[in-house]
Amino acid sequence: MAAGIKDKVAILGMGCSKFGERWDAGPEELMVEAYLEAMQDAGIEPTQIDAAWFSTHIDEVGTGKGGTPLSLALRLPNIAVTRVENFCAGGSEALRGAVYAVASGAADIALALGVEKLKDTGYGGLPTGSMGTLNPQWSPSGSAPGNFAQLASAYRAKHGVSKEDLKRAIAHVSVKSHANGAKNPKAHLRNAVTEEQVMNAPMIAEPLGLFDCCGVSDGAAAAIVTTPEIAKALGKKDIVTVKAMQLAVSNGLESQHNSWDGSYFHTARIAAKKAYMEAGIQKPREEVSMMEVHDCFSITELVTMEDLFISPEGRAVHDVMDGFYDADGKVPCQIDGGLKCFGHPIGASGLRMAYEMYLQLQGRAGERQLKNPRIGLTHNLGGAPSSNVCSVTIIGAHGA
Amino acid sequence: MAQQSIGLTGFGGYIPRLRLQRKSIAQANAWVAPNFLGKGKGERSMANWDEDAITMAVEAARDLLGPDDDRSYVDALYFGSTTMAFKDRLNAGIIAAALTLEETVRAVDVASTQRAGTTALMQALSAVKAGEAKHALVLASDHRKTRAVSAQELDFGDGAAAVSVGTENVIAKYLGGASLTVDFVDHFRGDTEEFDYNWEERWIRDEGFTKIVPRAVKAALANAGVKPEEIKHFVLPCIFGDKFVQQLAKKSGIAPETARDTLAANCGETGAAHSLVMLVHTLQKEAKPGDKIVLLHFAGGCDAMVFEATDKLASQAGKRGIAGSLANRQEETNYMKFLTFNGLVEWEKGMRAEQDKKTALSTLYRNEAMIMGLVGGRCTETGVIQFPRSRISVNPNNHTVDTQEPYKFAEKKAKILSWSADFLSFSMNPPNHYGMVVFDEGGRIMMDFTDVEQGTVDSGMEVRLVFRIKDFDEKRGFRRYFWKAVPIASANAKSKTGQAAE
Repeated sequence: MAAGIKDKVAILGMGCSKFGERWDAGPEELMVEAYLEAMQDAGIEPTQIDAAWFSTHIDEVGTGKGGTPLSLALRLPNIAVTRVENFCAGGSEALRGAVYAVASGAADIALALGVEKLKDTGYGGLPTGSMGTLNPQWSPSGSAPGNFAQLASAYRAKHGVSKEDLKRAIAHVSVKSHANGAKNPKAHLRNAVTEEQVMNAPMIAEPLGLFDCCGVSDGAAAAIVTTPEIAKALGKKDIVTVKAMQLAVSNGLESQHNSWDGSYFHTARIAAKKAYMEAGIQKPREEVSMMEVHDCFSITELVTMEDLFISPEGRAVHDVMDGFYDADGKVPCQIDGGLKCFGHPIGASGLRMAYEMYLQLQGRAGERQLKNPRIGLTHNLGGAPSSNVCSVTIIGAHGA
Repeated sequence: MAQQSIGLTGFGGYIPRLRLQRKSIAQANAWVAPNFLGKGKGERSMANWDEDAITMAVEAARDLLGPDDDRSYVDALYFGSTTMAFKDRLNAGIIAAALTLEETVRAVDVASTQRAGTTALMQALSAVKAGEAKHALVLASDHRKTRAVSAQELDFGDGAAAVSVGTENVIAKYLGGASLTVDFVDHFRGDTEEFDYNWEERWIRDEGFTKIVPRAVKAALANAGVKPEEIKHFVLPCIFGDKFVQQLAKKSGIAPETARDTLAANCGETGAAHSLVMLVHTLQKEAKPGDKIVLLHFAGGCDAMVFEATDKLASQAGKRGIAGSLANRQEETNYMKFLTFNGLVEWEKGMRAEQDKKTALSTLYRNEAMIMGLVGGRCTETGVIQFPRSRISVNPNNHTVDTQEPYKFAEKKAKILSWSADFLSFSMNPPNHYGMVVFDEGGRIMMDFTDVEQGTVDSGMEVRLVFRIKDFDEKRGFRRYFWKAVPIASANAKSKTGQAAE
């Protein structure tokens, strides 16, 4: 295996716009908001940025194709801007591009920025994208909740969990995230909810009710990365470095081969194993301090707890109900409120997750601050359970 | 040399499982048409939103053909309907693709008359008699659109029937027939019109049926060398009631009690399919070896054919046919749903329905076996079965290259692995059910479910695959077809998990 990325790249600064129904802002304003915060945090001038990676998913309703939207909005000094798109994992993909550029020595300082303007479609939920010319002729014309909801039926069948028990466990996933999001001024949804509220909400896609689905929001997030040496030279203390960045992509096994039972993410398990190896983590349940996972739907988060090898297989329901992932639990998950409360401006979400881990590692998370976290994990997923891309990123204190 | 016997060699049937209660129609419309309250009895078959004449014909044909992969023996296909999905695109060609028939099949659309079903059958008989076809498939299917508050919406039903014509294992010998062609316009549907225009019923009954049908019967019996009193089954679609059909039999010299059930009470008249629908029903429920049958369809004159059932009739005992289809019923009391399914209501479908459904025809053609025939691949080295077929195998242990032979999924046993009932995405019949279907022999497909009620689905449930409309492209008048899964809601069909070993 390759030597990997561990500690080769440091995060110099990060920024995140207020997420929400930003009727006041177009993609340009969102990008600028995240960028200016990141630049102030990094303490550098625009001319010091060597290259940028730009993530946005739906060009039809968002910002348009190519690298120009970012360069235009930020008035970048004619540097390389690469647009990346990898379903809902694009934000992590942008970060990966910037990190790899620095690690390779091609850039001293690189910018990663993700943005999505979803609330100009005219309706709730994610817009329906095009899928080429063949897929629409045979694939179900379903929705994201309908695809992810299927995890529940397969998980129940596999582990013998009753409908009611699973419904309550995924309700708790959302209750926990809402409790966290209520403390986050940048979150879209800032209200605490109860399990009863979640369980009695209108059905979206069985068994997922309204509160089992993440919000739909506008937002942007950005990271500026460099080498630990440059970060030190720029006077940075409490340096946060990248420990691992792994991406696993479906090759058709889940959707075409009967070895997959539909109850878990095949890619997440592969990406997690590789990431732990890259980061030198032996016992994730003990070593990971906190996580931001891709809780597009409550059931996604629940099964992901097993896919990341934090909960033993078939035990996520119990860990969730025991409060293991609550803010005061052993491995707090979605401490910023998650996709659940931030919503999911697709191109931005991966970077938003990293933003919270970064703040926590630097002790700057305010009311949400956890006690002495050392290792933070982000899990950013795109696609559907039967065919997806899954990114696992681990960041931590330099030397941790 | 003894004269070769030509006749029917098999049958199949399909009536959509939804049965709209006529009481629901009559009551909803009583404010404007109290005269229909008296007709508010019984039920009519009602196609699901994703069914049309083509999909119903495919179902009837599958019933006839059975689950065998090899259908290469079918060398002719005659499709009769007045509600063809396309005015110019061979509708029988779509059916042939769905049934994975050989490209050498002679596929013919017979249209523009309620006689289309019987005329299709006559053409098949002629082709076999002439030696130009050995195994001809005859399909008749209709899904007629009716105006709200019309007598037709009460009288009509949707359905299809299939018979095969050949010279071996004949279940009903063809003895002879006749066609009378009379431009008697009891109704018509103009070139640009969606609905029938009808003339007065009394005139149709007295000047049409009463005068034309007996002449056709007489001509057919003469050609067949059969005396009227030999006829045991008088099969004639007619909406004027059983008593009137009995009178017509009697007027033709045939015993009135031979008049067969028009299925008015529990199905409705299925248009061009109805003579064959009634014939199949008669063969299933009434006919015995040696019985002579006269099959009639009145329209623009009258087709008449005489058959004699043989002792091979018992070979069809396992068929669903019409009797089985009628037994598989789901009561529907929502008249609004009927109007909506039939495009008679402008309803707010929501923004998610705005997505363009333009079909890339070149893509469709390139993947025709996959999309129309549900043909995937089977690796000749490892045996792994997959959908879609691909150059590099999906087998995680051995990604063999160019080893896959075509593999037909449509008739294979399958179960639900995962599913959801989705209220978010657009559906003509929400919630939108879909999920992963795994096949007992291997392979899986994420697919739409249909003919499904909310709250009845779970993992492990068996499904049956059906050929249905996938999407309507209203902008261009095109419709896409693909296969869907119908959950079989029986307790013993359920296993703990849908996962199959591979």
